[in-house]
Amino acid sequence: MNDLLNIEHLSTHFKTEEGTIKAVDDISLHVRKGETVCIVGESGCGKSITAMSIMGLIEGPAGKVAGGSIHFDGRDLTKLNRHELRHLRGNEIAMIFQEPMSSLNPVITIGEQIVEPLRVHLNLSRRDAHTRAIELIEQVGISRPEQIFRSYPHELSGGMLQRIMIAIAISCNPKLLIADEPTTALDVTIQAQILDLLRRFKEDSDMSILLITHDLGVVAEMADYVIVMYSGKIVEEGEVTQLFANPKHPYTQGLLRSKPVINQRQDELYSIPGQVPNPLELQPSCYFHDRCEHCMAVCRMEEPNLKKVGEQQKAACWLYEEAKVYA
Amino acid sequence: MSTYISKRLIYMLVILLAASFLVFSLYALTPGDFISGNMKLSPERKAELREIYGLNKPLLERYLIWMKNALHGNFGYSLSQQTPVLTLFNQYIWNSFLLAVVSTFLTWVIAVIIGVIAAYKQYSWFDTLVMIGIFAAMSLPSFFIGLFLIKTLAVDLHWLPPGGMLTTGSSSTGLAYVKEVIQHMTLPVIVMTLLGLGSLTRYFRSNMIDVIKQDYIRTARAKGLSERKVLFTHALRNALLPAITLVGFELPALFGGSLIIEKIFNWPGIGQLYMQSFGLRDYPLLVGFTMLIAVLTVIGTLLSDILYHVADPRVKLQ
Repeated sequence: MNDLLNIEHLSTHFKTEEGTIKAVDDISLHVRKGETVCIVGESGCGKSITAMSIMGLIEGPAGKVAGGSIHFDGRDLTKLNRHELRHLRGNEIAMIFQEPMSSLNPVITIGEQIVEPLRVHLNLSRRDAHTRAIELIEQVGISRPEQIFRSYPHELSGGMLQRIMIAIAISCNPKLLIADEPTTALDVTIQAQILDLLRRFKEDSDMSILLITHDLGVVAEMADYVIVMYSGKIVEEGEVTQLFANPKHPYTQGLLRSKPVINQRQDELYSIPGQVPNPLELQPSCYFHDRCEHCMAVCRMEEPNLKKVGEQQKAACWLYEEAKVYA
Repeated sequence: MSTYISKRLIYMLVILLAASFLVFSLYALTPGDFISGNMKLSPERKAELREIYGLNKPLLERYLIWMKNALHGNFGYSLSQQTPVLTLFNQYIWNSFLLAVVSTFLTWVIAVIIGVIAAYKQYSWFDTLVMIGIFAAMSLPSFFIGLFLIKTLAVDLHWLPPGGMLTTGSSSTGLAYVKEVIQHMTLPVIVMTLLGLGSLTRYFRSNMIDVIKQDYIRTARAKGLSERKVLFTHALRNALLPAITLVGFELPALFGGSLIIEKIFNWPGIGQLYMQSFGLRDYPLLVGFTMLIAVLTVIGTLLSDILYHVADPRVKLQ
């Protein structure tokens, strides 16, 4: 098995005053070496929480990884102690975030923030770390690296800051890069540049990318394998061309239909009716049932399992199960 | 930067000028004067004395005379003590300063440490305990804690002297003198620290709680930095920024003395002197002291603005 990241039955729960929220509910996913896996879904579907669970950054005591395992390069991350996990973070697993503007510390220079992981993980001397930081700034395509090194975050644009975040993330040559909506806060031309940058680094090293996004355009451009999440569950997953060509789950179909297509005149863009269910009121059922045009009796009563529906495609939908009859 | 400072200095002068007029008028217009309190004097003698002290002149003229002298560095003589005001200040202010500087330092250090830990472990038993303790310390009046500590630590246990700055009749010098002063200042410093601690700890705790939730703290953790580094390098620097405003207010407080504490512990500070002078309507001293505080306040504000510029790269002074 050449899986770099192997998540089995992961559940992450948050305790609130109204009850327990199952933000991530029994999901399994695998990322191979050099592969780009995209997790797609709307806000609150648990995609970011999945990323934070991998990083071990779920905020206790309210939030907790409640079950399952996260095997990374042969180690179960859920069993590592704080020190071991810290050594992994920023070193073997790196992460970039949605808001480059607020993701860097406003009172510390850019240079100092790039140098920190180099000093901690690679034990570089101050001078070597400085040299490496300058190289990194150049690698992410920013000119005048010495001047940028001494700048503060507020002096740079959002696109430049996201490049800096990427420089920090790749500084220790991670095996896995988790990118949580890395282009959402940026304008379209910058988005393309940032995605190019990520792709280039992936090709140069043998890095795997776990890309979290709600933008299907980004998915089509970057992904080898796609995972669609809804209300903390995986509803469909598959190889990217298969999934785009032949979506099986009604939710995935809806997502693809609600994307504008060039050269196709549409008076109104399709949108999936209804709203995401309240995570506190979930009953055993397909969580998508009240928004689904194919809803059957069984969908309201029982949870569908993720089943093979194509050569490299799985979906969790009763449409593809053996007919079950409920009286 | 230099144009900014010169602009600010001009503003400061205007503010101080207005403040001096206001302060002078308020004291001068308070009913009664230094002479009228003295029952033993005949009306003729009173008029004579008013003539000598210039108290019978119109307000504006008196203000201008005071101002002219002040600009020459002469803040007048205390009427009751017949000593130059500045000499008196020099004699008393440093005693108050000693108490204030030690207790302010302790307050800040303890408040930062407890505030950071309480914020980091928000809603833990430590946090709850600290919050209860802080409310208790904030709700107790200073005279109560003061008298309580005198009763227990000084009178019952004889650990510390109950008041004064030196033991009565003491003539110790050198190291023995220093030791004696330290012993005498311990109790008032404890009380002053306890009183200031509450609000400042809550302030740092809530600043820190806000900062810990920021995205850049998550980034710092995602980089694999140790929790200590995350807290003290990344979080604390941001949490301390708003406290710079307080630094400006601390400056006058360092020299302003404390009426109640100095009274309870019989500490020869400026607060006591001020209170006495107020009863006697000793104008030169009252005006001089209030103006000193005004000057320190204005300087403190300028200082905190400049400190902001130094500490926060986003702040530009113009």
